[in-house]
Amino acid sequence: MSPKTLYDKIWDAHLAHEAEDGTCLIYIDRHLVHEVTSPQAFEGLRMAGRTVRAPDKTIAVPDHNVPTTEGRENPEAMTEDSRIQVAALDKNATDFGIHYYPVSDVRQGIVHIVGPEQGWTLPGMTVVCGDSHTATHGAFGALAHGIGTSEVEHVLATQTLIQRKAKNMKVEITGKLNPGVTAKDITLSVIGATGTAGGTGYVIEYCGEAIRELSMEGRMTVCNMAIEGGARAGLIAPDEKTFEYIRGRPHAPKAGQWEQAMEWWKTLYSDDDAQWDKVVTIRGEDIAPVVTWGTSPEDVLPITEAVPAPESFKGGKVDAVRRALDYMGLTPGQKLTDIEIDTVFIGSCTNGRIEDLRAAAEVLKGKKVKDGMRAMVVPGSGLVRAQAEEEGLADIFREAGFEWRLAGCSMCLAMNPDQLAPGERCASTSNRNFEGRQGYKGRTHLMSPAMAAAAAVTGHLTDIRDLA
Amino acid sequence: MQKFDKLSGIAAPLPLVNIDTDMIIPKQFLKTIKRSGLGVNLFDEMRYDREGNEIADFVLNKPAYREAQILVTGDNFGCGSSREHAPWALADFGIRAIISTSFADIFYNNCFKNGILPIVLPQEQVDVLMSDAEKGANARMEVDLEAQTVTTSDGEVFGFEIDPHRKHCLINGLDDIGLTLEKAAAIDAFEARASAERPWV
Repeated sequence: MSPKTLYDKIWDAHLAHEAEDGTCLIYIDRHLVHEVTSPQAFEGLRMAGRTVRAPDKTIAVPDHNVPTTEGRENPEAMTEDSRIQVAALDKNATDFGIHYYPVSDVRQGIVHIVGPEQGWTLPGMTVVCGDSHTATHGAFGALAHGIGTSEVEHVLATQTLIQRKAKNMKVEITGKLNPGVTAKDITLSVIGATGTAGGTGYVIEYCGEAIRELSMEGRMTVCNMAIEGGARAGLIAPDEKTFEYIRGRPHAPKAGQWEQAMEWWKTLYSDDDAQWDKVVTIRGEDIAPVVTWGTSPEDVLPITEAVPAPESFKGGKVDAVRRALDYMGLTPGQKLTDIEIDTVFIGSCTNGRIEDLRAAAEVLKGKKVKDGMRAMVVPGSGLVRAQAEEEGLADIFREAGFEWRLAGCSMCLAMNPDQLAPGERCASTSNRNFEGRQGYKGRTHLMSPAMAAAAAVTGHLTDIRDLA
Repeated sequence: MQKFDKLSGIAAPLPLVNIDTDMIIPKQFLKTIKRSGLGVNLFDEMRYDREGNEIADFVLNKPAYREAQILVTGDNFGCGSSREHAPWALADFGIRAIISTSFADIFYNNCFKNGILPIVLPQEQVDVLMSDAEKGANARMEVDLEAQTVTTSDGEVFGFEIDPHRKHCLINGLDDIGLTLEKAAAIDAFEARASAERPWV
């Protein structure tokens, strides 16, 4: 048999139909649904008199709109349009009989944190969601990517997607990471190296010693931002860490089926002589703690550097950088560590898991948020929040002066009341620094949880290695 | 879905690279439960000031481009979020074709579900079309999906590639779900096979 990549293997195992012109129908094992990109899809089903083909494989949770402050079960806590959207998901979940974690359920949280936490996401699966950060689930060796609302409707009705096969791209991170360097620094550095369109048309498999050494949480952070590099999906081959993470979770395979599943899961890796359409290799030792300075995730530099000049770029990027620096209120040559911060946001599907909160709390222990700054932690799920409280992390955050919030997407995209004011500058552990992303005219610098915590203490972008 | 065969229209130049879906339709407009009515908020934060007044030098606010049906844009158009609100807003405004050197995957895919044709061309041809678009309302660009060509107002013709299935669906205005449901037997057979091989799923 010809050698295959991990992506090839998962693709082949889910090919339900191939037309003569090469158009394929791929079967979907898990469909995750949230309140923002699904109402029109359910409405489409109703209008056509269709039903959900596999409600047992469909899981819904409200996350984008929900307030993260206490008392949010009270309908008054939401604006009317948010309330309508969440109510629509409540109704659709009930009417169509799909799995549902309402706001009142402790298991509620960001859809990409809830899926793995509950054991819905398993190696070798196909996972889709009307959200581009579905790539997160690739950390389990699942082929996972975002889809639009028309495709949400298509999956609800048929449990398949019309697809063309993507190309294979290997991103290898060799060797070990230096102290202070995290999964977030890896994923941002890869985007810095390849650009936001570097992965367009590809599925990325991340491999190499530095990736193998990451925890499952770290691997999720890496895959989460595959889309920011243009790739619909990022993958990491499952290993013992993956299996250990899954074992015993509510929807993981049970005794008897577990062994059967393991037998298949252990075949899920790229063959040695598999063919790659593109290969990127980065030495782990060369990765520094990084931050973004512009309005695209590719605008990334080691924290020791300075704001670049537009003229140092080529083509259309020159104007884009000029515009970005104007938007960000920065001048070329300014040291990144001199950039002062107003707000710190720790959370999101990129960095809202327990390990992220541990890393931030480690920095904050015995320290205080600088006077006049706003700082908040938004755990990725109710269960992450509960665990952080049990471990004493919540106390560390509160004592340092952070707001300790309830789970949701929050200020990552600011659809709920958690927003930046115009001109406000944020050290954020989220995934996008686009114009207006965290609030109208708000300014975002992306970084790791430890770096965001460090910025909260000093009031400016900070090299975590200097604070330790 | 609205069919797409031929289009002759005004093309608006938008030469910025990496225009993301947050720019195309900011998040505050995602709270709708409908597909329609988003055109007025297309490019909202570039198009209006905080008070809701039009920003005069934004291309779609200029008299020449208010009726534009084609956008000529910089690299990697539509990157970021999967929100289909982006093509909904473009379609609702009246945009039927977008020309760039590259598109983000999810956005590209979403266009075809909404009767919008995204056209990928090499940089030097996009440069020619950008200059053509800058001529304003008297310069009409032509897009012919059947022939797979774009023609400038000066009569220069560029051919483009497109997936045959997507072309067929767009020309005939076909609904994907209806087409897939015709293959229900294949899906049934796959499900039976998969549940025997991977019962834990």
